[in-house]
Amino acid sequence: MAALLDVRDLSIAFPRATPVHGLSLTVAAGETVALVGESGSGKSLTALALMRLLPDTARIASGEVLFRGRGGGVSDLARLDDAALRQVRGRDIAMVFQEPMTSLNPVLSVGRQIAEVVRFHEGLSWRAARARAVELLDLVRIPEPRRRVEDYPHELSGGMRQRVMIAIAVACAPRLLIADEPTTALDVTIQAQVLDLLDALRRDFSMGLLLITHDLGVVAEWADRVAVMYAGRKVEEAPFETLFGTPLHPYTRGLLAASPRLDAGQHYSVGALAEIRGSIASAAGERGCAFAPRCAVARTLCRDALPELDAVAPGHLVACPVTTAAIPQEEAHHATPVG
Amino acid sequence: MPLLSVENLHAGYETGGRRLRAVDGVSFAVEPGETVGLVGESGCGKSSLARVLMRLVEPASGRVLFDGLDVGALRGPALKAYRRQAQMVFQDPFASLNPRQSVGEILSGPLAVHGLVPRKERLTAAGDALERVGLPRAALSRYPHEFSGGQRQRLGIARALILAPRLVICDEPVSALDLSIQAQILNLLAGLKAQMSLSYLFISHDLSVVRYFADRVLVMYLGRIVETGSWQAIFASPLHPYTRALIEAVPTPGRRRHAAPLSGDLPSARDVPPGCRFHPRCPIATPICTEADPALRHVGAGQSVACHHAPESALQEGLPI
Repeated sequence: MAALLDVRDLSIAFPRATPVHGLSLTVAAGETVALVGESGSGKSLTALALMRLLPDTARIASGEVLFRGRGGGVSDLARLDDAALRQVRGRDIAMVFQEPMTSLNPVLSVGRQIAEVVRFHEGLSWRAARARAVELLDLVRIPEPRRRVEDYPHELSGGMRQRVMIAIAVACAPRLLIADEPTTALDVTIQAQVLDLLDALRRDFSMGLLLITHDLGVVAEWADRVAVMYAGRKVEEAPFETLFGTPLHPYTRGLLAASPRLDAGQHYSVGALAEIRGSIASAAGERGCAFAPRCAVARTLCRDALPELDAVAPGHLVACPVTTAAIPQEEAHHATPVG
Repeated sequence: MPLLSVENLHAGYETGGRRLRAVDGVSFAVEPGETVGLVGESGCGKSSLARVLMRLVEPASGRVLFDGLDVGALRGPALKAYRRQAQMVFQDPFASLNPRQSVGEILSGPLAVHGLVPRKERLTAAGDALERVGLPRAALSRYPHEFSGGQRQRLGIARALILAPRLVICDEPVSALDLSIQAQILNLLAGLKAQMSLSYLFISHDLSVVRYFADRVLVMYLGRIVETGSWQAIFASPLHPYTRALIEAVPTPGRRRHAAPLSGDLPSARDVPPGCRFHPRCPIATPICTEADPALRHVGAGQSVACHHAPESALQEGLPI
């Protein structure tokens, strides 16, 4: 199946730094792909670049962002002019941010903010757009949408504001939704509701969902495929079962071991959590693998040359010469379920 | 005797002429050497509770006893002695460290205030405190902005521990940190607890972290403790429908796309529902829940629950999910 979004070798540069290097990523219609990483990994910058919303000082230094539009034609978002971009943004591709309070306009009612989008993209009258806003609030499961449509953002709870953001994002039934830490600011019971909602919308609209998150639990439960980023590079990519079942990159393994889990037997009185020593700052100026300074299995070759992303099994890419060499090909193939 | 004992504590704020009941009848104890985890969602009153314990906010009623002494009645040197023994670690280490002070000044400040160490030895003591949290002595002359988030939280811990307290209230100490750093800080806190015979009140919204780090767990909802028990009891056989929903809501590997366990928003503490305050969101509420406020009652094995429908004994079959 042809991908809806096909990012090829994307690099993002500031005048004195290149925080994202050669990132490739695909998202198919109806698929949830998670982009995972910690602060400084470049995951949020990548999201902004896909929408061409990078800050003024940053630019797409190389690569293509191929997007299949409604008519089936493919355009390179990295090279689209502003007028064409405005037609794509908010209509074919939409985005939900972490903090709904800072992304919503505090002086406009939420109904007005939803109506603006459908007016712009579908040319509806204000009256028709307002009726759509009520329908959309209902779609994102906001109770009493007729009354809520007049509310201002500060009158809503954090969970409701995030639903309004989602209503704006899906107003034109986009083909791709980019959600950047959409539930990080929310309480756990509200987070479950919002993830449930995003997933239902993905299914109903056959929308591609690019979920950017640091939360491995969210990834494990909601993603079909996962790409793990470290210091601006993709270090591992796999279907979710493979990533959680047989992770290969030492960073992925380290993250999984470092997270306390509800279903595990770990307790501080029994033993310490596995740590990844150091911090991401130690990646600065590395010639070889950016993770090498924190890696327990790093060898000389890791510090000298940048590891290639190798396919150890269909759909399972790993950028680590040490752990992939240790795995016999047979076993690696075993790790990926057929299908 | 418990190190800290909280008895029927009430505290709140006036907002727009209305009373907000942030802490609404809370009782619990922290034993010496124990880590008590306090979980709850935003607005449940967990941070307000911490502020009352630190005497940053005066309670409306109820008592806080530290080592048997009524904290609310402490004045002058006795209050100062309490402040030395009960310290706090905050969520955002950057907001809680003075950006204009060097690390040496930040760490020797508390020593000067409490007159614990002669002036000449303060920097040495500050250096010792740094090494205890895994930072080099050379960091004494540096400023907070020169450190990463994880290192700043180490500084926050060093400052809290330099007075050799007995109780440390940790308010979301790892919530702002990346996953790989979170494990480092939790391991550090666990090690320091053993070395320095500390007791922790560990406040967090993250159930996985509380499950790992607490000996006993308090679950708070809208100003009230709705369930308490050992970490094993709370996570293996939660009895309150809210505790069950909280655990159920945590996304977990091995489960796919499960429905949200609770609908509806958290009510505001300005507008506490009558009867059981959880009843509007409760999947098993019956008419009695809208009328009577359930008391926290003991169900055995150190577990207590405030629910009309919880079994009489923890050994009985749990609630239907």
